[in-house]
Amino acid sequence: MGLEIVSDVRTDYVCNLVRNGKREDGRGFREYRDISVERDVIKRAEGSARVKIGDTDVLVGVKVEPGTPFPDTPDKGVIITNAELVPLASPEFESGPPNENSIQLARVVDRGIRGSEAIDLDKLCIEEGEKVWMVFIDIHVLDDNGNLTDAAALGAIASLLNLRIPNERYGLTGENTLPMRDTPVAATMVEIEGNILVDPSFDEGNAAASSVTVISNADGTLSGMQKSGSGGLKEAQIAEMVEIGIEKAGEIRGKYL
Amino acid sequence: MKEEIELIKDGKRLDGRGFDELRPIKIEVGVLKRADGSCYLELGDNKVIAAVYGPREMHPRHAQDAKMAVVKFRYNMAPFSTDDRKRPGPDRRSVEISKVCREAFDPVIMRELYPKAGIEVYVELLQSDAGTRTAGINAASIALADAGIPMKDIVSSIAVGKINGEVVLDLNAVEDNNGEADMPIAMIARTNTITALQMDGRLTKEEFERGLKLAMGACHQIYELQRAALVTRYNQNYESKKEER
Repeated sequence: MGLEIVSDVRTDYVCNLVRNGKREDGRGFREYRDISVERDVIKRAEGSARVKIGDTDVLVGVKVEPGTPFPDTPDKGVIITNAELVPLASPEFESGPPNENSIQLARVVDRGIRGSEAIDLDKLCIEEGEKVWMVFIDIHVLDDNGNLTDAAALGAIASLLNLRIPNERYGLTGENTLPMRDTPVAATMVEIEGNILVDPSFDEGNAAASSVTVISNADGTLSGMQKSGSGGLKEAQIAEMVEIGIEKAGEIRGKYL
Repeated sequence: MKEEIELIKDGKRLDGRGFDELRPIKIEVGVLKRADGSCYLELGDNKVIAAVYGPREMHPRHAQDAKMAVVKFRYNMAPFSTDDRKRPGPDRRSVEISKVCREAFDPVIMRELYPKAGIEVYVELLQSDAGTRTAGINAASIALADAGIPMKDIVSSIAVGKINGEVVLDLNAVEDNNGEADMPIAMIARTNTITALQMDGRLTKEEFERGLKLAMGACHQIYELQRAALVTRYNQNYESKKEER
């Protein structure tokens, strides 16, 4: 109850600011918080990255292990994406089985990588029908201060680009880098009081009726999208979000990947 | 890369449809006796049944909202609804779809009228053939109206996708499995307000814009069918009441 009242007050505050063309941290509507990407932070993981967007802090670790392919794709590697919203990251997170927010987070990140065919899964086949490389992307949220999606997606692609396939450990030979073909980057926007804001802070994320994540590739094509939240949007607003999303993804790709 | 399967021949799709053509839609309102509202819907080979319970007391009580009703939406596939048996119960896919579907109705359901109450929407996929969530949203919309839940409008839903390089409406399973992209949307037709949007696969910005327009147009068609089904149902009610008198 206490938290609810606080969030109502914060929502009014955020909406009032936006009406006056402002944001709580002084950013412009089209401006991201400071981003940092730290690579290879976990020695035991084949690929890892810690991404900070403002105070939002997400650690992505990728493990690569041989496993059995799915029966319908006997000659393709496997990507499995999972996200944990661990209770250390926010007073709102509870331990227990994944809830719809963590599932959505994992599935949107997964969709971007899959949709862009960023990983050449054909090249992850070790022995057709028997053994393929399984790529486990695990998103570990450490501090939720808004816009987990963009941080997680950036962490995932940064991890994959730097990943080493552990051939030696399993007595195998072959390329040690992952066959990467593209760099999907997510850009999330919210609509508040008719305005479009990129990279929503925690309070902005709560105040917004809807948010849209646009995932785009190096050539500007789209490889995933997700609207979330209880509001409705007009065609023109969505078109604008796509436009901004592609532009912002390009900037992030250029700077951090 | 997937090997290219020919899904378009002489400007027609394998099931004979044009690029902007919906599969046949069949709607029956009020098909379940115990539920407060219900709807059976077919979209091509999709067969879906939706039931609505409530507004009624929300359980568990700690999940109640003092200001408005809480909507629960459960999208569920029957184990026999797919080629390979689907393990019963919720999986990650159905949890995500349930969330997106619930949010698609948030702008229309007048939840503030029923503080502390729960409104439950259950969507069961009996037979699936791609586009199941859109069929589910269309059916749920009618079941909500049939249950008499106050709504500002009904929600209509359809997917567009890309097959053999062409943007087409309402993919079936063969097209979805071999297609390049899939984008389901939900919309309030009267106000052209989009309440759900997802995309996977790969589209250019131009293809996206064209697809969105195509889907929005189709939502208007579906809206008319939904409306007609409700009108038919309530004319029947009216006629049978007259006879009773």
